[in-house]
Amino acid sequence: MSAVEDVATEAPAVEAVPKRAMTLGAGTSLVVLGLLFLVPVFAKNFIVFQLTMLLIYGLAVLALNILTGGSGQFSLGQSAFYAVGAYTSAILMEHGGVNYALTLPIAGVVCFIFGFLFGQPALRLSGVYLALATFALATAMPQLLKLNFFEKWTGGVQGLVVTKPDAPFGLHISQDVWLYYFTLVVAVAIYVFSVNLLRSRSGRAFMAIRDNEIAASAMGIDVALYKTLAFGVSAGITGVAGGLGAIAVQFVAPDSYTITLAISLFLGMVVGGVGWLPGSIVGAAFIIFVPNIAESVSKGLSGAVFGVLLFLIIFLVPHGARQVAIVGQQLLGRLRK
Amino acid sequence: MGFGRTIGVAALAAVALAATAGGALAQKRYDAGASDTEIRIGNIMPYSGPASAYGVIGKTEAAYFRKINAEGGINGRKINFISYDDAYSPPKAVEQARKLVESDEVLLIFNPLGTPSNTALQKYLNDRKVPHLFVASGATRWNNPKAFPWTMGWQPSYQSEAHIYARYLLTEKPDARIAVLYQNDDFGKDYVKGLKDGLGAKASMIVAEESYDTSDPTMDDHVARLKASGANVFISITTPKFAAQAIKRLAEIDWKPLQFVANVSASVGAVMMPAGFENAQGVISTAYAKDGADPQWDDDPGMKKFIDFLRNHDPDGNRLDGAIVYGYGVAQTLVEVLTRCGDNLTRDNVMKQAESLKDFAPDTLLPGIRINTSPTNFAPINQLQMMRFKGQRWERFGDIMTADVGH
Repeated sequence: MSAVEDVATEAPAVEAVPKRAMTLGAGTSLVVLGLLFLVPVFAKNFIVFQLTMLLIYGLAVLALNILTGGSGQFSLGQSAFYAVGAYTSAILMEHGGVNYALTLPIAGVVCFIFGFLFGQPALRLSGVYLALATFALATAMPQLLKLNFFEKWTGGVQGLVVTKPDAPFGLHISQDVWLYYFTLVVAVAIYVFSVNLLRSRSGRAFMAIRDNEIAASAMGIDVALYKTLAFGVSAGITGVAGGLGAIAVQFVAPDSYTITLAISLFLGMVVGGVGWLPGSIVGAAFIIFVPNIAESVSKGLSGAVFGVLLFLIIFLVPHGARQVAIVGQQLLGRLRK
Repeated sequence: MGFGRTIGVAALAAVALAATAGGALAQKRYDAGASDTEIRIGNIMPYSGPASAYGVIGKTEAAYFRKINAEGGINGRKINFISYDDAYSPPKAVEQARKLVESDEVLLIFNPLGTPSNTALQKYLNDRKVPHLFVASGATRWNNPKAFPWTMGWQPSYQSEAHIYARYLLTEKPDARIAVLYQNDDFGKDYVKGLKDGLGAKASMIVAEESYDTSDPTMDDHVARLKASGANVFISITTPKFAAQAIKRLAEIDWKPLQFVANVSASVGAVMMPAGFENAQGVISTAYAKDGADPQWDDDPGMKKFIDFLRNHDPDGNRLDGAIVYGYGVAQTLVEVLTRCGDNLTRDNVMKQAESLKDFAPDTLLPGIRINTSPTNFAPINQLQMMRFKGQRWERFGDIMTADVGH
């Protein structure tokens, strides 16, 4: 019982993160942005593709971070929202002939509504129970996508092949580089939106709920509304990431969006630091590159190597990249003195 | 005037240079991934994740190429086999394929596994004109040289196998009332489509269909419902674990229809033995490869080579595992293609050789079954033979049948 209470009242691994500590300083942000902007000039197309995936997963982790780090709600069901976004984009592009850029806001809105509606019944649940409910959503999604009823649009088990867009305005850059810049613009816009959201009245409401639901409601916050709103926003951003992912990979299929994806995103959030938005990109890097590293160490034991690496990180830096960043900042501060 | 002459001389020199360079190129021509000493081959396998049982195929192929290297390689060139894990996830497969093509610079992608993963790769590899050879999936879509001239399958397609059962039923059992149990994925659905196409106007012979998911613990409910339909033919489009469960369950509830199992589940070791030999008598299936568990092949020269290979190069490999027989056969086919390429190891020539195989017979294929390809036929193995389970082994019957499914 006490363990359950811990989770329910203490709000999971999410000790109060002050809102200013959730972001990077302006100078650091510009440096990171500059680096991200320059990379394609020097890197091979394959690396550019990997970085595009990094930004996409980064967005999905960011969305989870708003939900868990911001409003203190668990979700193991992000893969379902990601799938809905990916399929919305793919179906609109391939069956509706809609421009790829226009499919993203539609995917976002569809997922926002889906997430908001799912948030309603989820209101009654908290902590581990909410995690379980979202887990159910994630396991159900691939099977729903396989249903005969939807097969005309979804392509059933065979999935849908998506055409990759060319660079517009006669720009002489490859499809990969164009998609990278496109993704970068979307990612930066969503990042700025998220930072502002968390600094706004709604963001403060999220955090008040996270820190103490009863106190928040005593202060006049509509707990039910803001909790479902957090679900909606998180699902919406995940949906945009899913849509981008479908365009980058050029293929959607039920097997792409299993529970493994949801767990990966959750892992990314924890490794990046719960509640620290810039950590999302670090978390995404972890879920993309560490399995490759583990595989290069040992093919037969890649899962075990991955487990050991993960264990080491959780053991040494339990607050993930945020902790590393804070230590680094303190060291820098000391050097300046 | 002097200027004119200079240009003339320069042009002559250029022509001469081009001619000599051309001559040298005619002897040895390479694309990325090939050189005087090595041929780099890329591969993607689900070493982890839900389909990790198939990872053994990649290991067998690696062992086979080690054997070829130990014997001196292909025309003096060593094979560098680079195999990555995609955990059966299509986005990961795309990432790994791009790594293989753009970073490792392989000559070709060989035998990546799974319909979803390969569907995700097909367009990319065809756009880049990289050979996508001998795809490890029985979907029909790999035989479409017009739309995808760089993609080629290997094993008989699920649809062509289903056609063969349909043809058999139409002639041998015209009064059949068919019950179908199928796995709810691309494999199962492709197969059911083949069955219905094969029955044509008589598709109404199918009186009941049940699908299951790989997460279902037993087949009991499905089998019971199918029995209730009053069917007298049972077609089991299942993977090994579920095929064994279904055969056993039929015996337990005393239902004795004419039974068919899909070729993927025809393994003696993995299906018939666990289902109980007494329950499996009379079951019908098809085959294109020899079964390592079947003693009738003990003295077969091809299988002897296979067993020698396991002993010397892959001591962990279990000869009863059909996936190992498969990996050996498909690797041998690639070695044949690369050997025929000679010193012209361009991607164009790899495809040209792959689409002009004539009567090639890997050690592990059934006697009489041969690999034939042409510029319009990208289905290397399109022959199967029917067989019936008797005692503790399969007895083949009838002629070798050629499937007629195009694309």
